[in-house]
Amino acid sequence: MTTATLTHPLAWWAWAAGVTVAVVRLPAGAATGLILLAVLLVGVACRADSPWAKAFPAAIALGVIIVAVRVGFYLVVGLPDSSPVLWSWPQIDLPGWFTNLSLLGPVHTDGLTSAALTGLSLATLVITFGAVNAIANPRLALRCLPGSLHHLGTAAVIAVSVTPQLITAIARVRRAQSLRGGARRGLRAFTARLVPVLAGALDQALDLAASMDSRGYARVHPGHRAGRRGVTALVVAALVAAVAGTYALLDASAPRGLGLALLVGGAAVGAGASVLASRAVVRTRYRPLLWGVRAWVVAGVGGLALVVALAGHAAGTEPLLLGIVAAAALAVPALTEAT
Amino acid sequence: MIEIENLTVTYGGEPVLTEVSAAVGEGELCLVVGPTGSGKSTLLGAVSGRVPHLTGGQVGGNVRVGGRDTRTHQPRDLADVVGVVGQDPQATFVTETVADELAFTMEQLGVAPALMRRRVEEVADLLGLADLRDRALHTLSGGEQQRVAIGAVLTAQPRVLVLDEPTSALDPGAAEDVLAALARLVHDAGVTVLLAEHRLERVVGFADMVISLDGGRAHAGRPAEVFATAPVAPPVVQLGRLAGWQPVPLTVREARRRSAPLRERLGSPVLPTREPGEVVLTAERVRVTYDGFVAVDGIDLDVRAGQVTAVMGRNGAGKSSLLWALAGAQRLAGGRVRGEDQAALVPQSPEDLLYLLTVAAECRTADADAGVEPGTTRGLLDALVPGIDDDANPRDLSEGQRLALAVAIQLARSPQVLLLDEPTRGLDYAAKEHLVVVLEGLADAGRAVVVASHDVEFVAQAADRVVQLADGAVVADGPVRDVLADSALLAPQVAKVLSPQPWLTVGEVSAVLAEEQP
Repeated sequence: MTTATLTHPLAWWAWAAGVTVAVVRLPAGAATGLILLAVLLVGVACRADSPWAKAFPAAIALGVIIVAVRVGFYLVVGLPDSSPVLWSWPQIDLPGWFTNLSLLGPVHTDGLTSAALTGLSLATLVITFGAVNAIANPRLALRCLPGSLHHLGTAAVIAVSVTPQLITAIARVRRAQSLRGGARRGLRAFTARLVPVLAGALDQALDLAASMDSRGYARVHPGHRAGRRGVTALVVAALVAAVAGTYALLDASAPRGLGLALLVGGAAVGAGASVLASRAVVRTRYRPLLWGVRAWVVAGVGGLALVVALAGHAAGTEPLLLGIVAAAALAVPALTEAT
Repeated sequence: MIEIENLTVTYGGEPVLTEVSAAVGEGELCLVVGPTGSGKSTLLGAVSGRVPHLTGGQVGGNVRVGGRDTRTHQPRDLADVVGVVGQDPQATFVTETVADELAFTMEQLGVAPALMRRRVEEVADLLGLADLRDRALHTLSGGEQQRVAIGAVLTAQPRVLVLDEPTSALDPGAAEDVLAALARLVHDAGVTVLLAEHRLERVVGFADMVISLDGGRAHAGRPAEVFATAPVAPPVVQLGRLAGWQPVPLTVREARRRSAPLRERLGSPVLPTREPGEVVLTAERVRVTYDGFVAVDGIDLDVRAGQVTAVMGRNGAGKSSLLWALAGAQRLAGGRVRGEDQAALVPQSPEDLLYLLTVAAECRTADADAGVEPGTTRGLLDALVPGIDDDANPRDLSEGQRLALAVAIQLARSPQVLLLDEPTRGLDYAAKEHLVVVLEGLADAGRAVVVASHDVEFVAQAADRVVQLADGAVVADGPVRDVLADSALLAPQVAKVLSPQPWLTVGEVSAVLAEEQP
């Protein structure tokens, strides 16, 4: 598949942002389940034929584990509440300073549902992340970074592409070492494989670094050497502020004003620093990805889900209705032709 | 274009290059030759700016490329003047697809998008990559990958191209491909090329100039003049020196024109052949498949003791898969192998076998694994390559020493059959000749040796029998002289010069001439 026919990866990340806000803002319950269904549908329908697509089943498995662990924790150390008791385990009282805690004991309806639902919310976020990676190649997404973050982005691209290489190297070394008689087990077999793989990876990294250097990577426009450190620090500070602001906005218990101020301020500093830094970096983009109709659709339904969740929640609309609307919107990309 | 004046490079007090001076003119192809460790890579690094910026070390003298001093310019600041291509193209790829890789350097240099698009198309046409533009890099063959690596630096339109052994991992056909592309660049585009290469026989014909390195000192000049005395030389040059031709011929064509008297003098070769022993390893209708792709397609093969068998064929013809199958380490889709418990394989990258921090520890572990007397492996190693330091890290050894260590470890079990997959990768002429002697010794001692190789000159020296594969099937199987001498692509240089008489190596010719002398 040629790059030209792909949907812009940032559109998919906008869609994922919509999912995230809807999941976090709507109370955990049937709405979360509906949104999870929409994500699964889109993930299966749209995932690309890339090595990253293999991450999708892994993300689903991780989601199941998260729910199981959350429920398991409740069963073992959960606190009692006032709701009806479903069934009772024999209770084990802990001695000494664990006076408030007891292992096992009665299982309450409310506690069990709430544990399962919080687990489900977290699992939905993890599966969404897996789905977006399976649909939009992360390498392409990193290519869309602004000029000031270009070097960081290229480094990240290489870091993410090393993993598949390491896996191939491990298989190759294991195969080669099976030729050397004498069965090795346990720690010895582990180090026997690790040493050639890591030494090889290091050699390869040095080769790659030398090659990238010779091809002009990290070239600085003459006259812009000074002040580059300061700009980088500004960009990093802005990113931290943006992350903290986003977190504050998503966390219902944090003051709304602080989160908004952090987000807006961080964005402003980031934009300014980015413009400054971009001047020092001279680079262009070969056949940049186009923001086409499909990108508008994908990003649009994500935005719609976000607005529905935020506004509906603020207006006190029935959560199930909001969940149905948001999930229906989010599932739309599955209907359009696959990436 | 490239001016090197009194270049001296020292790492930790040990000089690698001493007072090297040379000047390469605009549009010339300059060959850098010399044994392993003679400083070829260091010289190339000094031109591309990697020495000293990435490697450290002390540098004296001056290197100027296109008027820029490489000591004051980082490699990245030379990217628009010097393009660098390494041995392993895959290790230098930054992106995923051919078109993106071709554009990467231009993106870094800030070339305008419209111009970038045009240059990618032009370079793709120039190097025959047009149909591969949208392919993923890891799906390409070795020769295609190397052409992409060359194209990836060419798009920035550098005036100098520095290549460090670009064909060492390729089979003869693919190597021919890459060298033809290079020759075209020199002739049509006027690019100045600095090329280091082990297997000289293919490139000497293209060179305008040669820098021969030996022990850190350089001799630069026109090819015929330098090769009259250079420590490493392709077989055709060695034959010319032996026959006393002046100036020494550089190509088969030149040598062939002067070879009539020599052919008459030599006559037909009457050479002793080793009597093969009994069959020690048998493959019966062996089939190997990977995800539906057939690598080995029903091969029958008898491996006999006291004989060196060479398996030849282009990359992907099934050589490695056949060797792994013979070693009993490959799941077969059909057929069977008998006697595989008596076979030991040294894989293509011997370093994968080694994992301990010292040579002594590797030897001790091999003794323990094989259940033999302590010191056996070390003894075998000393017989192969004497004088390797016990405390050396196997990763710091030269390619030849590392191969010897892997062979010694595999021989500790005293297998009847030794299988070697592409053992000549990265070896210089001296190390290859040593390997020939080692393999002969093993065959004389009654062992069977199977070598997969696409190095024609090495096979001509080492093998008694050649099995040629294509598409996973045997297309030729017979004594080395019968298979190689009349082959169009696989004939060694000496055979091409002296045909129709089936001489294969300089060694054979020199032995006959030495007998005549007294």
